[in-house]
Amino acid sequence: MRITITVNGVDHSVDVRGPESLLHVLREEMALPGSKNACEQGECGSCSVVLDGDVVCSCLVMAVDANGSTVRTVEGYADHDVLHPVQTALLDGGGVQCGFCTPGFVVAAAELFDVNPTPTSDEIREALAGNVCRCTGYGAILRGLEELAARNAGGGA
Amino acid sequence: MRILAGGTDLVPWLRDDLITPDLVVDIKRLPGLGDLDVVDGALRIGALVTFADLVASPLIAKFLPMLGEAAGTVGSVGIRHRATLVGNICSAVPSCDSGPPLLVHEAMVHVIGSEGGRVVPIREWFLGPKQTVLDRGELVAHVTVPIPPVPRGAAFVRLSRYAGEDLAQASVAVLSLPEGEWRVAFGALAPTPVRAPAVEAALSGRQANDGAIADALRLVPDAIAPITDMRASKEYRMAMAGVMLRRALHLAETRRAGAGPAYGTAVM
Repeated sequence: MRITITVNGVDHSVDVRGPESLLHVLREEMALPGSKNACEQGECGSCSVVLDGDVVCSCLVMAVDANGSTVRTVEGYADHDVLHPVQTALLDGGGVQCGFCTPGFVVAAAELFDVNPTPTSDEIREALAGNVCRCTGYGAILRGLEELAARNAGGGA
Repeated sequence: MRILAGGTDLVPWLRDDLITPDLVVDIKRLPGLGDLDVVDGALRIGALVTFADLVASPLIAKFLPMLGEAAGTVGSVGIRHRATLVGNICSAVPSCDSGPPLLVHEAMVHVIGSEGGRVVPIREWFLGPKQTVLDRGELVAHVTVPIPPVPRGAAFVRLSRYAGEDLAQASVAVLSLPEGEWRVAFGALAPTPVRAPAVEAALSGRQANDGAIADALRLVPDAIAPITDMRASKEYRMAMAGVMLRRALHLAETRRAGAGPAYGTAVM
């Protein structure tokens, strides 16, 4: 079946078969390997993308199911050399170790901060609860994002 | 044939060949299945209503806050945006988080099929792990949940290995109603979510004081049949079922009195 998905503002049309996942199509057919393939069970969050406005696990979405929809992947957050504030916060805070989980964290955190620029620590934890870091680098990730929230709160005061 | 809505169970089951249906039918563009509204004194939750919808719904917060409390514990943000309550009871895994709340609320499952429709009480819905009374060619249009009379108080208490994407090791739902009526159900502690009528009878007409709770806890081992799996041993589950029931009873009673922690506050 021929499907069309708008990814990061660009229309992509591809042929898909059966229950092939959105993740697979993004990585293998659309040359967008930022979303990572790890558990394929919806338990690790490394494949997180935004589908029609909602963070989802792209490994759990059939590509045919995403036909006609709008998707934002991790590739869609930086504007050339200008990073999303969440990306800068993770860089500054050392919230990246091996980097494999980072795209999922960026997507989940960016969606939180774009809606709520000053989340509490509990709100950050809840938004990221579906993202697993096998390096267990959670402390630096959370601290970096808490600092971003604090900066946002200070700037608005 | 299998029905596809959120797909958070179906897609990985298909990929791992745990199910091999001849046909997968996506119902997301069928009209009328996304309703979340009040009809005849009950909340109607359509087949396409996600757990994120339930968490965000003012109607759920007002009339069925314990169902919202349970919905907020399902998976993670990314799962809740896709996973539906109806899909959860159709997948019917023993740890299904909607099961205990729907059991104590005595929900009705509205099934449609080529032969017409039928309405199944949730208590008759679950047959075993991943097994329900749904027949081939049928689908669940919606679930209706009666709005309980006031004063009411309820609690959903869930145990898991970590806060985040993890299936429940055990769960308890308690509903406290006028005239001393108590309803109790357990999840992940038997082949299906189960009501506990003997436990309810021991509590009937009583306050959740030490004596009543002790009488109730004595009956828990006969109400459940936990197993050992990768998430917990049966002994741990059995012990924690009592701890969780005690907390849920206290929580429901204090909430019924208009006090206690807000719905959604973790107590485990």
